[in-house]
Amino acid sequence: MAEGYSILVDTSKCTACRGCQVGCKQWNELPGTQTKNVGSYENPQDLSFETYKVVRFAEGSNGDGKPYWNFFSEQCRHCLSPGCMAASEKDEIVQDEKTGAVLFTPETKNLDFKATLEGCPYNIPRQDPKTKVLSKCTMCFDRITNGMIPACVKSCPTGAMQFGERDKVLDVSKKRVEELKKTFPKAIAINPDDVRVIYIVTNDPKTYWKFAAGK
Amino acid sequence: MTNHWIDLRNSDCILVMGSNAAANHPISMKWVQKAKDNGAKLISVDPRFTQTSARADIYAALRSGSDIAFLGGMIKYIIDNDKYFKDYVVNYTNASFIPVEKYNFDDGLFSGYDPKTRKYDSSFWAIKKDSAGIPERDITLQNPGCVFQLLKKHYSRYTPEKVSEITGTPINDLTKVYETYAATGTKDKAGTIMYAMGWTQHTVGVQNIRTMAIIQLLLGNMGIAGGGVNALRGESNVQGSTDQGLLFHILPGYLRMPTSNLATLEAYNKAITPKTADPMSANWPQNLPKYSVSLLKSFWGDKATIENDFGYGWLPKPDLGRNYSWLNLFDEMYEGKIKGFFAWGQNPACSGANANKVRQALAKLDWLVNVNIFDNETGSFWKGPGMDPKKIKTEVFMLPCAASIEKEGSIANSGRWVQWRYKAVEAPGKAKPDGEILTELMIEIRKLYKKGGKFPDPILNLKWDYTDDHGDFDAHKVAKELNGFFLKDVTIQDKQFKKGDPVPAFGFLQADGSTSCGNWIYCQSYNADGNNMARRKKDDPTGLGLYPQWSWCWPVNRRIIYNRASVDLDGQPWNPARPLLKWVDGKWVGDVPDGPWPPMSDSKNGKYPFIMKPDGLGAIFGPGLADGPFPEHYEPLECPVPANLMSGQFVNPTVKIFKGEMDKHLTCDPRFPFVGTTYRVTEHWQTGIMTRWQPWLVEAAPQMFVELSEELAKLRGINNGDKVKVSTIRGEVDCVAIVTTRFRPFKMGDLTVHQVGMPWCFGWMVPKDGGESANLLTPNVGDPNTMIPESKAFMVNITKA
Repeated sequence: MAEGYSILVDTSKCTACRGCQVGCKQWNELPGTQTKNVGSYENPQDLSFETYKVVRFAEGSNGDGKPYWNFFSEQCRHCLSPGCMAASEKDEIVQDEKTGAVLFTPETKNLDFKATLEGCPYNIPRQDPKTKVLSKCTMCFDRITNGMIPACVKSCPTGAMQFGERDKVLDVSKKRVEELKKTFPKAIAINPDDVRVIYIVTNDPKTYWKFAAGK
Repeated sequence: MTNHWIDLRNSDCILVMGSNAAANHPISMKWVQKAKDNGAKLISVDPRFTQTSARADIYAALRSGSDIAFLGGMIKYIIDNDKYFKDYVVNYTNASFIPVEKYNFDDGLFSGYDPKTRKYDSSFWAIKKDSAGIPERDITLQNPGCVFQLLKKHYSRYTPEKVSEITGTPINDLTKVYETYAATGTKDKAGTIMYAMGWTQHTVGVQNIRTMAIIQLLLGNMGIAGGGVNALRGESNVQGSTDQGLLFHILPGYLRMPTSNLATLEAYNKAITPKTADPMSANWPQNLPKYSVSLLKSFWGDKATIENDFGYGWLPKPDLGRNYSWLNLFDEMYEGKIKGFFAWGQNPACSGANANKVRQALAKLDWLVNVNIFDNETGSFWKGPGMDPKKIKTEVFMLPCAASIEKEGSIANSGRWVQWRYKAVEAPGKAKPDGEILTELMIEIRKLYKKGGKFPDPILNLKWDYTDDHGDFDAHKVAKELNGFFLKDVTIQDKQFKKGDPVPAFGFLQADGSTSCGNWIYCQSYNADGNNMARRKKDDPTGLGLYPQWSWCWPVNRRIIYNRASVDLDGQPWNPARPLLKWVDGKWVGDVPDGPWPPMSDSKNGKYPFIMKPDGLGAIFGPGLADGPFPEHYEPLECPVPANLMSGQFVNPTVKIFKGEMDKHLTCDPRFPFVGTTYRVTEHWQTGIMTRWQPWLVEAAPQMFVELSEELAKLRGINNGDKVKVSTIRGEVDCVAIVTTRFRPFKMGDLTVHQVGMPWCFGWMVPKDGGESANLLTPNVGDPNTMIPESKAFMVNITKA
């Protein structure tokens, strides 16, 4: 199914304000976890069963000697054919028909976590060590089925995140990539035909996050 | 801001310098992005490649404290390459004025300097006037003594090579920035500047901004949509606090604080009221006596009479030259000369430069009242690191106050928009709104004064009627007081008003005691139309995003000030595609004009555009500051170079240098070889009082860190993530090292200079292991005009912990 909704993450407009990361925690009532600074702005260090979204900070030097600093607001891609579901035999993981959201139910506690994680090209699912339940981004299912946009999109000040009907988002994405190519020849949308959360990057996806375009 | 947040979208070129807007004013990037969508260029100039730089079309690095050199080079570029907007410069600025003969500049010093007092006599910088008292002008700009030629001469020394050697910016990058920004010097282009504490917190802070103001005048960018000089204020209502005269040198509405040499109201009004002989100059400040008298009436009501100078004698009057700014106050406190202190909505133990001195100063107090929404390092200073509670006599009181969403009232943003906010939730426990605390305090103070005390008149005569029927603080009453009202039935400008009617706008205020107004610039905010600050209409008649019926802005709802400079002499917009103002059929259409007069080509009634300047023209030559009419590069008090390449004058000759035991500073000392600077992060607000208790924000930004280049890390054997110690002669702070490509060593001639940077949002109290404030390191030396500390450029060492 290719209808439903999509989220566009246009990294060329992202300022790493992390409103999305905090907005996600707030709406989903997830706790702030204990962190330490390990030599980067990036924190928490990874996704967890209590963290559905992490802004990745990646830096280095361009050929011209100038630095770059790439920001990648990582979350579940809500694949059209979700790899995580391969390990799901009953309804532990469901794909909502109307929205396209891929949802982990409490029954995921019965899944083989390792297999589920391996099935995900983007290394997204995480497990609660106590309850064994798996968790990840829900596309703010409770919001989008009640006429609201996802909390992360809502909190984005620059328009780097957009939410809407999939065909329209694809359209916006295509036009934006064309526009960006004038300045950034390497600009692409990452796997737009496979995922609902479409990232636009202006350079090699690996310069953003190691799993940006898949493992 | 001369303009406002939304207006950023109208710009063709946005220079972000002295600011990291993306991190510290995240919402501003919404409008910056819109400008970029329309093809605007974004330039980021910063010692460190920041979140703003990451989105910029052009990034240039400069060493902290070298902004005037960088911008002085731009002035030279603009003049040498004829990039300035000639019609604008000739007609709307004082470029054609001729300073007096005794004006001079030699080897870093302007004429009129007295080395004993370290002060200038600014009469040496006066403008020549003709027999009628009107400034002499040469509109060909060729007279070697005219401002334009003096400017050209002054900045002729700022060659790309010299600038690059001072700033450490590669010449290519300088040129790229100069070319791109100077391209806005045409009729149809607008360039704007977004700056913040990266410019102000220097011993040349005001002159940093002056340099940019000169550039904006040369390029014709003042008063136009998408232009202006835009200060990004550091707190949501800091604009409101200065509007209301919270600083020591001003009364509400930026009226000058009286001094003891001005014994009478007449003397005061004479001193604050500039004169002009030029009929073309509106000289709006000639109205200031109307505002000062109306303010006195607001303070003392019926007790302020013409016989008693409207209570002028009751105003406190510091001696001339006495300066009660932050650094001086804490110096006196450290000396034990201050007994009590209200730390109201602030955290000096972490926010004050040379915070070790601040913390020691707090220990000299008899009492300290900490008014805040959380306990903080100030209220609990006595149990902080290195303190022995047994030896500290200071009695500390904590008054919990309501947070912004727990009270009703106005909030003024950087763009001067004053927006009314409703109360969303009740304050917890016994926390009260600040207004309530002040009201209760004042009632008690008056009770005490009734029993006796020195000079009780100002307190007992004060009109203090801001409570409702239940005796609770009423924000509406205060807002109406600020707007002002008539004190008797009058007819003004053919309009009749009854006693008690609100004053429609400050044009109706009077100097005879018939009007009361708590703040003339807020006059119109709450008038017969109601609470204009609460308006929420989204009409946008100009299409420029002025939204004139959304809230209200001072002055008189003018969304872009100096807007008469956006039109040509006939009142037609320089840029018809962005018509901010237009003279149509004998009327101005668009934004609220800077005064009703016809455009300048009307030889009878036309006025110059810069109505707040006595001469009516934008001041390229600015004789009003402590440290000179043109900005000049001086090194920071602590700097990495043995000499100032521009002149024999090493540091700003007018800075005040404290000389107590805790007022240490060092330049070119091998123990502290690296430049240090401070900044903020998105997640924490100011010293972090509000945000360090918030788990999601602490999770994202948990600990004090220092950013340094890979080269410096190698030099010091530091790996990314290592614990390190950053120190200055004043103190030391433990940090986590972020080794980054975003800091690069500066190549300055033969010299390589390293710089590091730290956030100042942490403090020992919370979170655990969060670390300390970077202000333990910063020097307590201030800009001579504002006394803002030089927290952005000082010398440090960094070692592995």
